[in-house]
Amino acid sequence: MTRMSATRGLCMRTMMELDQSCSVLREYGSEQSLLSKPDGSSTFVQGDTSILAGVYGPAEVKVSKEIYDRATVEVLIQPKMGLPGVRERAREQCVRETCEAALLLTLHPRSSVTVVLQVIHDDGSLLSCCLNAACMALMDAGLPMSHLFCGVTCAISKEGQIIIDPTARQEKECRALLTFAIDSAECNVLISSTTGSFSVQELQQCIAISQKASEQIFQFYRDSVKRRYSKIQ
Amino acid sequence: MRDTPLSNCERRFLLKAIEEKKRLDGRQTYDYRNIKITFGTDYGCCIVELGRTRVLCQVSCELVPPKDSRPTEGIMFFNLELSPMASPAFEPNRQSELLVMLNRQLERCLRNSKCIDTESLCVVSGEKVWQIRVDVHVLNHDGNLMDAASIAAISALSHFRRPDVAIQGRDITVFSPEERDPIPLSIYHMPICVSFAFFLQGSYLLVDPCEQEERVKDGLLVIAMNKHREICSIQSSGGIMLLKDQVLRCSKIASVKVSEITELINKALENDKKIRKEGGKFGFAESMPKERITTLKREEAPVEMADVKETANEIVNRTETPTEVVSSPVLVAMGTAQVGEGIVNSWGLDEDEEDEPQTEDTKTDDVMVISDSEEEEVVILNEEAQKSTKLSKRK
Repeated sequence: MTRMSATRGLCMRTMMELDQSCSVLREYGSEQSLLSKPDGSSTFVQGDTSILAGVYGPAEVKVSKEIYDRATVEVLIQPKMGLPGVRERAREQCVRETCEAALLLTLHPRSSVTVVLQVIHDDGSLLSCCLNAACMALMDAGLPMSHLFCGVTCAISKEGQIIIDPTARQEKECRALLTFAIDSAECNVLISSTTGSFSVQELQQCIAISQKASEQIFQFYRDSVKRRYSKIQ
Repeated sequence: MRDTPLSNCERRFLLKAIEEKKRLDGRQTYDYRNIKITFGTDYGCCIVELGRTRVLCQVSCELVPPKDSRPTEGIMFFNLELSPMASPAFEPNRQSELLVMLNRQLERCLRNSKCIDTESLCVVSGEKVWQIRVDVHVLNHDGNLMDAASIAAISALSHFRRPDVAIQGRDITVFSPEERDPIPLSIYHMPICVSFAFFLQGSYLLVDPCEQEERVKDGLLVIAMNKHREICSIQSSGGIMLLKDQVLRCSKIASVKVSEITELINKALENDKKIRKEGGKFGFAESMPKERITTLKREEAPVEMADVKETANEIVNRTETPTEVVSSPVLVAMGTAQVGEGIVNSWGLDEDEEDEPQTEDTKTDDVMVISDSEEEEVVILNEEAQKSTKLSKRK
């Protein structure tokens, strides 16, 4: 009897540990204003995944892309090897739509905001890292935004377990992959990009986890801004 | 977006400073800016910082059939890209003059100097060889892109490891890094480009020009050299006449600079090798300067997942299943004419099929009145429909 309970206890503990390892954001960091040319730049690192972002704007816009009552947002994602393809285009659209939702574009009519993202290393959760890097760069450029945004990626493993901020290997083994962009004001979902199959319950769970994780990332944003301006009295 | 032009004041100021042997950033005539080389977690990936100029290089490989003219030689492919991140003047996917010049110079420096043993890249003669692809991305343009690109390319090539292959009869097996240790490329020598900018018709010379200096330059001389003091390529551009001893003096300066840079690359490579061997942390994440005020790092952060299931269930339970019947999203406003709106389809209608709700009927009547007054043809076409709706009303 005692042995039974002991093994069960052990089982429980390993389960707990397993749970722990899955619900952890990898160590993350960022550096802002590291490039001299762009108006705002940042690098965002999540584990080994690393993205460099540069923002130009508000600036002159091509006549063909001019919108008379707001600024045009352009997002470019440069892969590390070869030329940008369909996958990059899809990611660009996700990031662009998120930026458009967050930026107060009507304040700069007939101008352009260009966000260039360079993949430095891909080790899973690339889209969420792109979103985070873009937001940090927009903050660095000092563009007016109605709220901040962040990206969180969740993977659902074959056993139905939700893994947050998965690595490339975990992404390969998972059943479904969900990326959400979440705003800082009300923690609403700005975009969702999903692959694979999952139930409504799992979707809601992933959203709830992402909202929880986003709080930490927003705290990180706040801390980095605080640190940056700590010496200005 | 166009680049910010240099004003006449700035131009005059820069030239005057050069005449007085002074430079904008306080360097001496023959000084290079600080060079920093960081390697990534992947093999063959590095970022080179030359002052504020920043370049990313990635080397990759692929098995391809060789060229017919050289069946026993591997293929080297160079691709330099001016990312719009580097400067607002760079447009994506556009072949500018600068881009063509840089690409050609990089090829001449690394491929035509035969610094890499291409024959060792042959797997099966005439059938399969390795193609080594070198992608150079310019991340920030602050002058002297050529030197930065050449340092990045040769560092990445020396850092790169290709997978091991085994040939049994006609079968080629490519081993993953876990199965067999990847093999480095055989590099004979390391050619490095050194740029010299000439000002005021060649009377003044500067090593490693920054972007503003590049804009007021008259001519540019790029010398690619290795540490054995062998010149691999020379290119003079800008249409400037140079004297013989000017070129000789430049080559002497280049030999000093090249030996310094080669030493730096070797040191960086050794450092990376040592850290990898010891199993320490490496990659770009580790090389992020932590002491800077603009940098912040966080340790792994656990996310509370305990009550996630409950909240998810709650949301799912709370949401009502959407009603099957969706009312028409189009509102028919008074006084507007709409084609085909609110009129029952008269095509192949059976008397039995007609069980329209009463509310719809009142709507159709409204529209009919309008179409009556404006377009007679419509009424004629839909006469049957009108009849049928009336019929259904009677029912």
